[in-house]
Amino acid sequence: MADLIVLAVFLAVGYVFGRIAEKRHYKSIIKREKQYRHIAAISSRIPPPSQPADASMLVTGSVVISVDYFKRFLASLRTLIGGRIISYESLLDRARREAILRMKQQAESYGADKVFNIKLETASISKSAKGAIGSIEVLAYGTALIPVDR
Amino acid sequence: MIVSNMEIIPGKRITEHLGLVQGSTVRTKHVGRDIMASVKNIFGGELQGYTELLSESREEAVDRMKKQAEAIGANAVVNVRFSTSSVTQGAAELFAYGTAVIME
Repeated sequence: MADLIVLAVFLAVGYVFGRIAEKRHYKSIIKREKQYRHIAAISSRIPPPSQPADASMLVTGSVVISVDYFKRFLASLRTLIGGRIISYESLLDRARREAILRMKQQAESYGADKVFNIKLETASISKSAKGAIGSIEVLAYGTALIPVDR
Repeated sequence: MIVSNMEIIPGKRITEHLGLVQGSTVRTKHVGRDIMASVKNIFGGELQGYTELLSESREEAVDRMKKQAEAIGANAVVNVRFSTSSVTQGAAELFAYGTAVIME
């Protein structure tokens, strides 16, 4: 019985706080995506020949983000019947967008306006005992081109 | 020392390839951070302790890679890639590798 109560409390707390955290995070992502729109993130491997020769520099952005207890519980139920796990989809989406934003932020601090050859890497760093994804790390990196005065 | 994950360096000519250079580090946070992280696992949200840990160790890995490149006389590292793997619970290996080159 006590176990059930603890479970219910964890689920309720996870649901409420997780929802608030996710909403707030999405709001901030959308706001900052507008703010950093002037920095072009391009996944081409090599800049076009028309691109003037600028100084280049490696920029990175990373984030470790965790899913709440409620969503993890839902996901474990979902594995019984199969199908999309929507709660994890939004987790990964948020993490990728956040990592790209942080990379852009670093590029801006160097005065760059373009980032080429963007690579995204995802790693789950803390595996729980059951082997389910608890938290994931997303790393975004690329080469920022910094215009030099000639 | 220029570090780039492109195969070329815009505006510069690569005159010599010196081969692969690499740097890696394995790190962990103290147990307090791990406890905080498991609490965060209930509420959801960013695990700032881990974000910090990983970006610090990634810098360390890049530094080691740069040192290795310097030691063999390179002045740039191109085509840099990162890789992360978890060794045990709460510890991560960060690995950076690239091609050391001499540019004019």
